[in-house]
Amino acid sequence: MNSAVVISAVALQMSCVAGLLAIAVLAIVLSRSNSSTAVVYSATLALCVVGLFGSIRWLVGDTANATELTLPFGLPWLGAHFRIDALASFFLVVVNLGGAAASLFGLGYGHHDPAPHRVLLFFPAFLAGMNLVVLADDAFSYLLCWEFMSLASWALVMAHHREAGTAKAGYVYLVMASFGTLALLLAFGLLAGPAGDYGFAAIRAAQHTPYVAALVLILMLLGAGSKAGLVPLHVWLPLAHPAAPSHVSALMSGVMTKVAIYGFIRVVFDLLGPPTWSASVIVLFLGGITAVMGILYAMMEKDLKRLLAYSTIENVGIIFVSLGLALAFQANGLKLAAALAFTGALFHVLNHSFFKSLLFFGAGAVLMSTGERDMDKLGGLIHRMPFSSFAILVGCVAISALPPFNGFVSEWLIFQAMLQSPQLPQWALKIMVPAVGALLALAAALAAACFVKAFGITFLGRPRSPAAETAHEVDRYSLSAMFILAALCLLAGILPGLVIDALSPITMEILGSRMPMQANVPWLSIVPIAESESSYNGLLVMVFITVSASLAVYFIHRFASHALRRGPAWGCGFSDPTPAAQYSGGSFAQPIRRVFGTLVFRAHDHVEMPAPGDIRPARLRIELHDLVWEGLYAPIANAVGLSADLLNRLQFLTIRRYLSLVFGTLVTLLLVLAIWS
Amino acid sequence: MVVISDILVQGAQMLLVLLLAPLLTGFVRKIKARLVRRQGASVFQPYRDLLRLLRKEVVLAENASWLFRVTPYVTFAAIWVAAALVPTFATGLLFNWTADLIAIVALLGSARFFLALAGMDVGTSFGGIGSSREVMIAALAEPAMLLIVFCMALVAGSTQLSTVANFMALSNVGLRVSLGMAVIALIMVALAENARIPVDNPATHLELTMVHEAMVLEYSGRHLAMIEFGAYLKLLLYISLIACVFLPWKIAVFGTGPLSYAIGAGAYLVKLAAAGFFLALFETATAKMRVFRIPQFLGAALMLGLLGTLLLFVSRSF
Repeated sequence: MNSAVVISAVALQMSCVAGLLAIAVLAIVLSRSNSSTAVVYSATLALCVVGLFGSIRWLVGDTANATELTLPFGLPWLGAHFRIDALASFFLVVVNLGGAAASLFGLGYGHHDPAPHRVLLFFPAFLAGMNLVVLADDAFSYLLCWEFMSLASWALVMAHHREAGTAKAGYVYLVMASFGTLALLLAFGLLAGPAGDYGFAAIRAAQHTPYVAALVLILMLLGAGSKAGLVPLHVWLPLAHPAAPSHVSALMSGVMTKVAIYGFIRVVFDLLGPPTWSASVIVLFLGGITAVMGILYAMMEKDLKRLLAYSTIENVGIIFVSLGLALAFQANGLKLAAALAFTGALFHVLNHSFFKSLLFFGAGAVLMSTGERDMDKLGGLIHRMPFSSFAILVGCVAISALPPFNGFVSEWLIFQAMLQSPQLPQWALKIMVPAVGALLALAAALAAACFVKAFGITFLGRPRSPAAETAHEVDRYSLSAMFILAALCLLAGILPGLVIDALSPITMEILGSRMPMQANVPWLSIVPIAESESSYNGLLVMVFITVSASLAVYFIHRFASHALRRGPAWGCGFSDPTPAAQYSGGSFAQPIRRVFGTLVFRAHDHVEMPAPGDIRPARLRIELHDLVWEGLYAPIANAVGLSADLLNRLQFLTIRRYLSLVFGTLVTLLLVLAIWS
Repeated sequence: MVVISDILVQGAQMLLVLLLAPLLTGFVRKIKARLVRRQGASVFQPYRDLLRLLRKEVVLAENASWLFRVTPYVTFAAIWVAAALVPTFATGLLFNWTADLIAIVALLGSARFFLALAGMDVGTSFGGIGSSREVMIAALAEPAMLLIVFCMALVAGSTQLSTVANFMALSNVGLRVSLGMAVIALIMVALAENARIPVDNPATHLELTMVHEAMVLEYSGRHLAMIEFGAYLKLLLYISLIACVFLPWKIAVFGTGPLSYAIGAGAYLVKLAAAGFFLALFETATAKMRVFRIPQFLGAALMLGLLGTLLLFVSRSF
């Protein structure tokens, strides 16, 4: 009976994928029909919900043995292998939950799309691709599905191809995606070795030399890291994610980056065998830099969706820091600490998929009702979009890692893992971990600043444009998608023990150890190591805050004055004549720009003050440099352009020169062959 | 029975911090006034201020949203809960394991998050300038705070304040360089977090370098009372924190009976008075910094925290 259930688990996921692909085909047929939006999104919603429950059941149910399915295509001697184990089932939960929420949001949002048929075909295909990457169990199917996912998302990025900037976003994305796949291809080639056995089971069983392991780690950091958005490979992300329709942006930021992280975990933790401690140094370093750089970029941004995309980079950095910690502990045989760090990383993966999807939906809602993404043209939306703004506020608090919401729990777990670092024997790690911890704390505080800015400028204050003045609340589908995710943010924050216990099969499978069982801890607290060391109880914190706030409200309303009068804002007697005089995104970021930006962005404020008597307005111009782009990508792009120009001359040769060129090449190759052997 | 006495002690602490917080602020103000040879208001003036504010009507800006009206209560509640979780006169309180030091710091972060949002709600430049500077200071103070936690956890093996206080009170920790650095860093962070001189001036809101007072400029009546009360509580919280970790002298260890609780409470009052006196002395003796000197000030705190942590790696006896 057991085996029947087990086989149906992977078959169930594969039939969901087949269903999604069928919907993609259906979308072509329906493309000119009015009902296509509703049909496609409700069908993807239904399939994602089925996939979600299937994978949850697999994760919390019987996970003793992984299940496989081999299909007769792919490499002829290999076939296409698909497999569910605990790690895959967790990422299937993330993918399908994000997919279900995005479909629900799409039911409302899709009606505002100017060209729905450009989205409807690729949306189910993109979901199918992400599911397949997680399910793939041999290198060939993995790479094929990875490319399928990349191309489907690229097509979605290009959906609004007439908008300014989309063409560039699509181009940069395509180049970076090809680069990433190349790195993955080389990594799998190294893993498979000269015998060329591409099945994951064979790779896992093989012994890898330290050189191969180090090379594979670097290639995975390039390949998976470029898809996830590790600095300095992140440049495509803030261009491409915002260019897509908002529910697709939510999928790309909230889910596709997680699929990339899945790839990294699968190869580095699972296939590569026992890690070395030096691997963790580079992962920790990159993660810390990514976290701080990502959020500093976000702080400088005034486009709401780009700000969210940059904040994704920050969160990916946090996850990589945690994975680096897990590698360090695992390499030194500190099993419990490794499980703690790894659980923190997975928990943050889940959390980020919740709140980043929620926030992108929020940005979509704002876009739907005002047509604006520029925060400096918004403001005061809390009065006109009360429900959306409440849900988005929850998302902002959660992503800023503030209790009692979920973002805090995962960051708290990561800090607790860092506090275990004195046990590490290596000096480099001992010194590095507190420094990375400080970077992470800096990133968390900057994230709070960034989301005060994002919410404050967009939703609070006075409207800065007619569009913001006439905004209206969005439809019920979009609202319910946002509220479901907001509720999940709160639930994961106040009941973290349940999530940690659900994640324990994965740490058992990957690391061979797990965090202590949290279900037995009284009062639903979480205790990573021992109660005398540290514990946190989100539920009680939430109850205490509610009770003490209610007490305060009760006493105030019982004993204090009730009088309330509305009047013009005080502002120390200075009444601002126009909403344009409010603080804008740029002015809110000014202190942080001045403290960090001079170093990181070579920021400079130019004030043009006209001479007395001159009636020109004074102007403030802010100069920011993206040093990664200017220092790394621009020179490469220039070099490519230059060499293309040089090689271009080869196009205009005479036939004699062509023949001699061919001859020369042939001789050279033969010579090389002769010398080599 | 044990649970009831636990709840009583916990409730006593929650009430105690509520009652003492305005007195502490009044005491600091009095000392500051005496130091510059003024008579100064009575130490009970903050209570009278709160009562007066509670009786007054609220004048709300026309476009203030619900967030603006909810924030004073949320902020106050978050700070009160955080203050109730820090051991004051006794360790091992009932709810001590609800949150460790990292969570307490994050609770204060929640309070600040909402206050900064409320500063931007009305849409005046004053609120914006206050909020943007407040979040900048927080961004600088939090890494320093984390390194202090790190340093402390390395010595005591825990981030649970009750455990740390017990460890510091009972075992022979002695004088340590790293703890000295941590305590200086913590005092610097506490000055910044509480908007005290030299980072901010709590006595004025009409200076160009203002931070906290500008952010809450639009508040009046009972709302302002809650915010002021929150600020008093936060000062008490940080002093309790420094006292329980670095000066756990006579703190009542869990389950040692009413007498030691009484001694602990007395010792706590003495510590508060001493800390208030030194705070007033320091504030009188220093001038406020320019706002863009603050990164250097808090950067020094960060470096002290880092040095303290690294010294502990070199040798556990530092």
